[in-house]
Amino acid sequence: MMNSATVVQRNELLRMSHIEKKFRGDIVALRNLNLSIKEGDFLSLLGPSGCGKSTALRLIAGLLSPTSGTIDWQGGKGDDDLGVVFQEPTLMPWARVKDNVWLPFRLRGKSFASVNGEIMQALQLVGLEDFQNAFPRELSGGMKMRVSIARALVTRPRLLLMDEPFAALDEITRHRLNEDLLALRQAIGCTIIFVTHSVFESVFLSDRIVVMAARPGRIIGELNVDVPYPRSEAFRTSPEYASAASAASKILEQAMGEVI
Amino acid sequence: MTTLGIESETAIDVEEERRERQKKIYRVAQWMLPSLVLLFMVGGWQAYVTIAEVPHYILPSPLLIGQTLINDWGLLWPAMAVTGRLTMLALLFAIIGGLSMAIAFTQSKWVELAMFPYAVVLQVTPVVAIAPLLQIYVDSAFVAALLCAWLVAFFPILSNSIIGLKSADHNLQDLFKIYGATKWQKLRYLALPSALPFFLGGLKIAGGLALIGAVVAEFVIGRAGTGLGLASTLLEASYRFNFGRLYAALILISVMGVAIFGLMSLISYCFLFRWHESALKKEA
Repeated sequence: MMNSATVVQRNELLRMSHIEKKFRGDIVALRNLNLSIKEGDFLSLLGPSGCGKSTALRLIAGLLSPTSGTIDWQGGKGDDDLGVVFQEPTLMPWARVKDNVWLPFRLRGKSFASVNGEIMQALQLVGLEDFQNAFPRELSGGMKMRVSIARALVTRPRLLLMDEPFAALDEITRHRLNEDLLALRQAIGCTIIFVTHSVFESVFLSDRIVVMAARPGRIIGELNVDVPYPRSEAFRTSPEYASAASAASKILEQAMGEVI
Repeated sequence: MTTLGIESETAIDVEEERRERQKKIYRVAQWMLPSLVLLFMVGGWQAYVTIAEVPHYILPSPLLIGQTLINDWGLLWPAMAVTGRLTMLALLFAIIGGLSMAIAFTQSKWVELAMFPYAVVLQVTPVVAIAPLLQIYVDSAFVAALLCAWLVAFFPILSNSIIGLKSADHNLQDLFKIYGATKWQKLRYLALPSALPFFLGGLKIAGGLALIGAVVAEFVIGRAGTGLGLASTLLEASYRFNFGRLYAALILISVMGVAIFGLMSLISYCFLFRWHESALKKEA
């Protein structure tokens, strides 16, 4: 692994300590999860299905509360601190693209006119300013996902949560969106937690990979990808990429071996 | 390569042309065929009555019915207006009642638990059985008939709206929660738009039912000499063996039913054509 990245002391954004999450029937979804997320991190939660990575994301989003343990936001969590992208685009089919992006502001009682600039900027960021008046059904799967990302970013959140956002897309579209996501992050510099079950996607995108295992859901290892951004398509064929991918796969295999 | 390309291109053009032509034929046939069927049926009917010399009090000829429509228009039109008003008012109140009840039910679990069984009881009790009671308790025959038609029409709107209000996408619900939406915002921006296609489906059914309810109510309530609308006129005509008028009234009721269905379909299309799957035209 390259260690060329300069070590900058970054502030902690979020800390999860001793998180335990049980569902009905004493199913342990997460056991003793400790995670510190620093400002500027692109952190991937990588693991097989059932390892609790989505549960962890929903805990951070505040959609679930932990059975025990704490989640602390540095400086407290503000109204506009969080953006979320789900596995599906999750757009309102009855609303035009620009009205879908308006939603986070609208729910705060802000009129369209007062945030028109932010909305257009967000659409520009994902390259869809020409489609602002389209309805979701007129867009392709990849474009819908871009709208979803624009909506998540329109409030300029400190933290962007992404739950396997590109899993349902074809590989060509997925690669393209991977690159665009990195460019986006470069442009606005927010912290991202990205849930995925693809080793390659996590290596390409993130600088921190947290590997999780199932039954019970827990963290089994962490890996840094010290390849500086911006990363281009060429990174996919580099030796650093291959070695990071094989390291991540090894940790995953260990976890699977325990179960089998 | 090039020749092959050109060849297949022209082949596609021929195919395309054939499809276009078929579409045009289909469009014309859509109107022509039912019209022809109607023409043959009415013609056959007229021929049968004329040749077999069927008396008009058993089966009136289409010509006689047409004449009655014109001659009795002064009587039929006001009756149609009454039935129309009855139907539309019943439908309007069914929309208001059904929708507000559906919102109340979905906003509060307790209200639904307490009230829903009674909504079902109201629906399953045959309106013919309630009508005589209403006639006793309500002075105005029109109001009594309106209540009957309302009872029949409101349930599909209620049950469809309830399903619709509960059918909002779960991820969108999560998103609204993350952004701290109020209960009112969830209803206004998420639940109600999600319910719209379901509500409009219910509206189509309720439109037809409102007319049926109005006709049944007129049969039962209008009989007491209060002479309400078209259905009362029809019933009275049957007592008097005035079969020309009976058929004329029947035709007008059918016309009203078709008109209501058309209107509801148009409303539904106007609301949904931009975004909902049901209103999409498939590419050929």
